[in-house]
Amino acid sequence: MLPGGGWLVVFFALPMALMLLVSLQTGTFDTGYQLTWNFGIYPEVIGQYWELYLRSAIFALTTTGLTLAIGYPVAYTIAFRAGRFKNALLLLVVLPFFVSFVIRTLNWRMILSDNGLIFGTLKDFGLLPPEYHFLATPAAVILGLTYNFLPFMILPLYVALEKIDRRLIEAATDLYASRAQAFWRVTFVLSLPGLVAGSLLTFIPTVGDFITAEVIGSGNPQVFMVGNIIQRKFLDSLDYPAAAALAFVLVAAVMGLVALYTRLVGSDRLTG
Amino acid sequence: MTTGIRSHRPPSVRSRLANLALPAFTGLLFIFLFAPIVVMIVFSFNDPGGRQNITWQGFTLRNYVDLWGRSVITNAMTVSLAVAAISTVVATAFGTMIGLALTRYDFRGRWVMNLLLFIPMTAPEIILGAALLTLWVSLGMERGFLTILAAHVMFNISFVVVTVRARLAGMSQSLEEAGMDLYADGWTTFWKVTFPIIFPGILSAMLLAFALSIDDYVITVFSSGRTVTFPLWVYSASRFGIPPEVNVLGTLILLLALVFIVVQVWSQRTAGRSTDSAAPVTIALR
Repeated sequence: MLPGGGWLVVFFALPMALMLLVSLQTGTFDTGYQLTWNFGIYPEVIGQYWELYLRSAIFALTTTGLTLAIGYPVAYTIAFRAGRFKNALLLLVVLPFFVSFVIRTLNWRMILSDNGLIFGTLKDFGLLPPEYHFLATPAAVILGLTYNFLPFMILPLYVALEKIDRRLIEAATDLYASRAQAFWRVTFVLSLPGLVAGSLLTFIPTVGDFITAEVIGSGNPQVFMVGNIIQRKFLDSLDYPAAAALAFVLVAAVMGLVALYTRLVGSDRLTG
Repeated sequence: MTTGIRSHRPPSVRSRLANLALPAFTGLLFIFLFAPIVVMIVFSFNDPGGRQNITWQGFTLRNYVDLWGRSVITNAMTVSLAVAAISTVVATAFGTMIGLALTRYDFRGRWVMNLLLFIPMTAPEIILGAALLTLWVSLGMERGFLTILAAHVMFNISFVVVTVRARLAGMSQSLEEAGMDLYADGWTTFWKVTFPIIFPGILSAMLLAFALSIDDYVITVFSSGRTVTFPLWVYSASRFGIPPEVNVLGTLILLLALVFIVVQVWSQRTAGRSTDSAAPVTIALR
């Protein structure tokens, strides 16, 4: 276990610590960066980019809500109504996700483009004004995020719903609960661990994603998320200290939100 | 409100509609899920005049033939396959050892190990990529094949451990003790008893690691330098419109995945037990 643990220390723990140190450096790329314990960088980047954090949080929360609204009825249908087609349907749900993330997102950009399949057709029929624009809007990015992270919600929900003892629901209806009551008081409550796990599994990668906003956002800074700026600062403008600080604020914010969320729902629900 | 025995009345119109609503909704979801996939497959057969591949121009198979002569694409594929193969083997070896140690031995610092495994799996990928970049920059290391490889081994280890542990959890330790009682040494017991039992778990772990590695964009882009992997090529080739080759490769990957699923389902049927049916599902997640 030593080599594997060592690998994780060298290529995960050490880089995280280094990133913290890098965020406290000052200088420019050409003259080199020196460690000056510049903690002032944190208020600076937050002051400058708070809107991006807020937007990322809103996009990710909306996406989590949408995947839940779409994913719950589907997971329920597969778990309770699909009979012997259960596994086939489940595979069908994940099949599109075997195709590369980047390729899927690129094809959404094409579908949603101004003269693409949907909006080009609507414009041809005169149902939309020719200047109508959907790509590179917040709604388009959220649609892309919802698509890309949908299985992260459906699968945990399905697992939770699937293992519910059907006799409990029967017992509820035998005791004169209406179908709605039986659902909300029994099925829904028992599916909560899946709901909590699904929301975390959806929210965390969504809030850090930058490919969807880059591709479907078509480079429009109005729909950038914080990941876009982190990536640009690291790889294009080579402003390592600010980029590292932005990344650390993201980590802290995500951990804070997750802690708050698990506290609100109770950690016993997490373990189910 | 009502008089009680509700569940035994014939279903009302409203509940019959509700019964239809769920399958209908699920059907709509499948249209949503497969929309970009159908577009991808259709446009892989498109015959675009220029570089743009946005409107349908005519059917051709040329995209499928020309692909293999373009060195940019074949080079990127070779890099991706090499990274995936090597990182899978290394991460599986490391991850299996960790998985065994965590289930078999109680030691101090367990929680540190668990944390080291848990965070890389749950943190947003961009954080892992960015942190690695600061490592390469601080060390003054030229980014390329080796740095990509190190990164892929890192993010694969956690997933291997989780998969192998799941298999080990269902295994009775008394089998190993029996091996020892029959005078097998530790090494022999591992290869003759433990390994054959956990092998299906190791195999799913390897498939998972391979699939994660070959599709990774986010972590790779921070460690790649001038080296181009397949996802990186796809991204840079598609700045303005998607060249048909990208959709051709996407379609081929989908076909490969289908074959793989069919083989796995078939082999499970013949083996007569329901092992890791979750494996293909987990693979698709990333």
